[in-house]
Amino acid sequence: MDLNKKFTPETWPDHPEKATLEAKNKFVGFWLFLGGETILFATLFATYLALKNKGPSGFKFSTQELFELPLVFVMTLLLLTSSLTSVYAMYHLKNYNFKKMQLWLAITAFLGLGFLALEVYEFVHYIHLGFTYDNSAFSSAFYTLVGTHGFHVAIGLVWITLLIFRNSKRGLNLYNAPKYYTFSLYWHFIDVVWVFIFTVVYLMGVIG
Amino acid sequence: MMKGLKKWRLFSLLAALTVFLAGCGQEELSTLLPAGQVGKDQFKLLMLSSGIMLLVILVVVIIYVVAIVRFRRSKLGEDFVPEQVEGSHTLELVWTVIPVLLVLLLAVPTVYYTYKLGDVSAMHEVNEDGQSESLVVDVTAKLYWWEFEYPTLGIVTAQELVVPTGEKVYFNLLAADVKHSFWIPAIGGKLDTNVENVNKFYLTFDKESQDLKDGVFYGKCAELCGPSHALMDFKVKTLAPAEFDKWVTAMQATGEESTDVAAAGQGEVLFQQSCIACHAVSAVGESGAIGPNLASFGDRNRVAGFMDHTQEKVVEWLSDTQKQKPGNLMPSFGEKLSDEELNAIAEYLMGLSVEK
Amino acid sequence: MSSVAQKRGFGATLWDWLTTVDHKKIGILYLLGGGFFFVVGGIEAMIIRVQLLTPNNDLVSAGIFNQIITMHGTTMIFLAAMPILIGFMNAIMPLQIGARDVAFPFLNSLGFWMFFFGGVFLNISWFFGQVPDAGWTSYASLAMASEGHGVDFYAIGLQIAGGGTLLGGINFLVTIINMRAPGMTYMRMPLFTWTTFVASAMILFAFPPLTVGLFLLTFERMFGANFFDPTMGGNTIIWEHIFWIFGHPEVYILILPAFGIFSEIFSIFSRKRLFGYSAMVFATVLIGFLGFMVWAHHMFTVGLGPTANAIFSVATMAIAIPTGVKIFNWLLTIWGGSIKVTTPMLWALAFIPTFVMGGVTGVMLGTAPLDYQLHDTYFVVAHFHYVIVGGTVFGIIAGTHLYWPKMFGTMLNEALGKVTFWFFFIGFHLTFLIQHWLGFWGMPRRVFTYMDGQGWNSANVISSVGALFMAIGITIMVYNIIVTSIKNVRVANDPWGDGRTLEWAIESPPVFYNFAQTPLVRGLDTVYIEKMEGNLSGITPAEPVQDIHMPNGSFIPFMLSLGLFIAGFGAMFRTEEPWGMAVLIIGLVWTFAAMAMRSLKDDLGFYVKKEDILKDMKRKGGQK
Repeated sequence: MDLNKKFTPETWPDHPEKATLEAKNKFVGFWLFLGGETILFATLFATYLALKNKGPSGFKFSTQELFELPLVFVMTLLLLTSSLTSVYAMYHLKNYNFKKMQLWLAITAFLGLGFLALEVYEFVHYIHLGFTYDNSAFSSAFYTLVGTHGFHVAIGLVWITLLIFRNSKRGLNLYNAPKYYTFSLYWHFIDVVWVFIFTVVYLMGVIG
Repeated sequence: MMKGLKKWRLFSLLAALTVFLAGCGQEELSTLLPAGQVGKDQFKLLMLSSGIMLLVILVVVIIYVVAIVRFRRSKLGEDFVPEQVEGSHTLELVWTVIPVLLVLLLAVPTVYYTYKLGDVSAMHEVNEDGQSESLVVDVTAKLYWWEFEYPTLGIVTAQELVVPTGEKVYFNLLAADVKHSFWIPAIGGKLDTNVENVNKFYLTFDKESQDLKDGVFYGKCAELCGPSHALMDFKVKTLAPAEFDKWVTAMQATGEESTDVAAAGQGEVLFQQSCIACHAVSAVGESGAIGPNLASFGDRNRVAGFMDHTQEKVVEWLSDTQKQKPGNLMPSFGEKLSDEELNAIAEYLMGLSVEK
Repeated sequence: MSSVAQKRGFGATLWDWLTTVDHKKIGILYLLGGGFFFVVGGIEAMIIRVQLLTPNNDLVSAGIFNQIITMHGTTMIFLAAMPILIGFMNAIMPLQIGARDVAFPFLNSLGFWMFFFGGVFLNISWFFGQVPDAGWTSYASLAMASEGHGVDFYAIGLQIAGGGTLLGGINFLVTIINMRAPGMTYMRMPLFTWTTFVASAMILFAFPPLTVGLFLLTFERMFGANFFDPTMGGNTIIWEHIFWIFGHPEVYILILPAFGIFSEIFSIFSRKRLFGYSAMVFATVLIGFLGFMVWAHHMFTVGLGPTANAIFSVATMAIAIPTGVKIFNWLLTIWGGSIKVTTPMLWALAFIPTFVMGGVTGVMLGTAPLDYQLHDTYFVVAHFHYVIVGGTVFGIIAGTHLYWPKMFGTMLNEALGKVTFWFFFIGFHLTFLIQHWLGFWGMPRRVFTYMDGQGWNSANVISSVGALFMAIGITIMVYNIIVTSIKNVRVANDPWGDGRTLEWAIESPPVFYNFAQTPLVRGLDTVYIEKMEGNLSGITPAEPVQDIHMPNGSFIPFMLSLGLFIAGFGAMFRTEEPWGMAVLIIGLVWTFAAMAMRSLKDDLGFYVKKEDILKDMKRKGGQK
């Protein structure tokens, strides 16, 4: 593949994310990978639901007392918005507008960082209340589920940061376009998982 | 080659048949000689499923043998080009529908017996006086021994389960440390003793065990539970109802004996000093002891669940428990007590009896 | 780069193998790695059978016996059977669909090295004297109670190896979806490719639960989590569910590729198209699907209640139906064919009755109330060895003989192959047939010894003698492999003479770009069709000779896996040894550095020039 080949918005293919065989492979492979990730999170959700509110005798923590929806609501807003901004970035990817794509991805990353910061704050807050990782089956399951999601967010942030800086000088080509595209798939996936966490863990925890 | 194959087949079939006919195993622990309703139901399913399965094997083997005899290249010649058949919908339908029918034939009794054997609704029924109508035994599995509590009778024993014949006996199963599984092969299938929840099931005992080789049925732990999993055996003594009542009365009476220190022999004194913290010699009480209850030790069939029931073996056991049963939780007394003292304890233990 | 063979020094050869991303070489690496662990697991099996030869035997102590059975099961399943099958998938599947490599050559290499380092990690536990001892199922309460780092070796080693397998699964799926040659529709794919496809899909959905389960186990043992501690609100049954949600599909992952190999063999050595091809494909997919619905039949005695037991019981029996369809289709494939009993065919013929016996005992175990009696007895041991040895191992050995010439360019000795077969086959039935009865007679599995006087003695002697026969058979096979490799008599494209699929129309072993011109596929068994129509090369090209794009080799997969290996040690000893934390950090930094290097450095591959390809084609023409 020729990295130096120059494109114009006119010669840029309609689907840069699957314009070459390598890109097609990456595209299909990443979708399959997300299928596996779905099962991974499903297993963690099942574990969480089985251990929700379970602790040693005299256990004082429960979802109702622990969780505060306003904070989680702000986190949700941040992450959902970041999903939207990554859609804008992909729009510019398809139109061969590198600068705008980079800008929207940077915004996506900042929103993701905000989400992660709030999650860290949330965890620290719980730990101060005495709800530590080894405190009970409930706490272990909670931190493992939500923490695994947070870890995915962190990986996504490192990924997009590397992409933005690695390609900042050389612009779009058919070699890196699929990389941007798979990142956006990943980011949407993380977002969807969070919607489930918000519903199953927090909403059903406080209301149900 | 072909001849070899045929001969081998015939030979293996014959060998299998011989083993099958000769081999029903030993009465005290074979699932093929069931001595209770649960085991008999399961044996019926075994026969039914084996029958269906032998039929399947037979059909396959016939087609198979005919095919490899008839269609050898050595017979047909090197240049023979077989017809390239795509398939046959009729045949495929046949070998889909027939297995479906065979599976249904097995599935219906399976579902029936699954519910029948899982039915413990009568377990909690009480009569007019609020007394439980059926015999319930609480089984606690611990690192390599079994505790049996009879909550309605107020007694507890270990390692040797004593039950009456001719009635449903209900079991509450629980593990105290790691997961074990409670299994009396000749009586009925197993059920796990979990660490987090009580499992319930029932068994019936049709046959008095006194006529058996050792006078007992064999029980096993069927779930890997650590180094001495293989040694976590227990025994089951089945008694006619009247005998059982007698046994219960005798067991209940062990609680009344008070220890007269002056009259006690050396063994009993040593036992009071070294062993009583973990082992009770009164059968009255509840489960939850550190070590097995020894009230009826003299009547039992094995030492530590698996060693011959002799005084020498008791001494062997006491002096080095880890050598006999690796990983068990009882300390060894070989260095703390002299041979004479160990012998005295052994003698005392062998005398603990409710049957003599 | 030229494909003309060059004499090279040892260092260059080693470097080539360490950095290769060629699917054929990675296939060979899998075969070697898996073969090594197969021998290790076999030695463990022999120790087990010698220990059980007589009652009250004390060859090994109770604790060591548990370590051996745990490692035997874990090694055979994760480090021997699955890698060897993945080796065949690697070596053969791309050839069957007319591809020049797999979709992700780099990940392919990474998958192998992760498997390799994970396997070494597990087995290095022997040198620490802290070996996994809670069974290959590692049920939570016992795994928590296990002292030392044994179970940690299990959890971390399998985590690394399992990650490699997951990469392999995704890789094969994408390869089959995207890289089939023109005309190779799904319903023209050889059955081995189909079973690879379904097994890979199962890997994709079965391994994530294992990943989670192993993480929970690791966190519980090493970081104070409480998933499985009932006094802290935990529940050990969760582990059993997670494990078997992985574990049951796993046995189908093991058997389906073997089914594929046997389908090829029956077809080749009967000179006949596979009977009921579409039904075979459908049955494969259905088995894959049902494989996820029946995990709780491993848990009938856990106390899930009669309703759950009844449902899983009937679901389990349902699997017998597609499996039966397969058996009868194989029988009808050889029916009316022209059967030549070569070594691979001998194994395939032995597979049918053996696997049927294993299958029917599976239905018996699926009968819940009967399972209450048979669960965790030697009957179960007999059953799963009948399916895993009678199915998977027979398939592996058959595949080894069948594909050896394609992978190495030389034929294994047929006479020695048949001697291997008879020793192994007789030994196998001697060992495991009698174990069904040991189960009936009340012998639990996983016992390090048994008391005299329970009627089990002679049956155990028979069983141990049989194991010796199997060991002799495998020894002869290893001898065969060594002698064949030394003689190294080269063979032509289709040494069996009746090849029907694309891999038999190219060189043995193929050039590194496989196909000088991508083939045009005209039907099921395309090479057979071409030959029947008089095209003796077996291939109609779909493109002119042109430059071919190929991937570069890379050392990063090796380094990345090594990083994980190092981090595993650090994680295990991080609190109790002063160097622990440092090693953990070094390992993680090492791993991330390798990942970053992969991400930041462009890897665009290279082109094989048209002139070089033409030169290769001319050279081949000269060879014939």
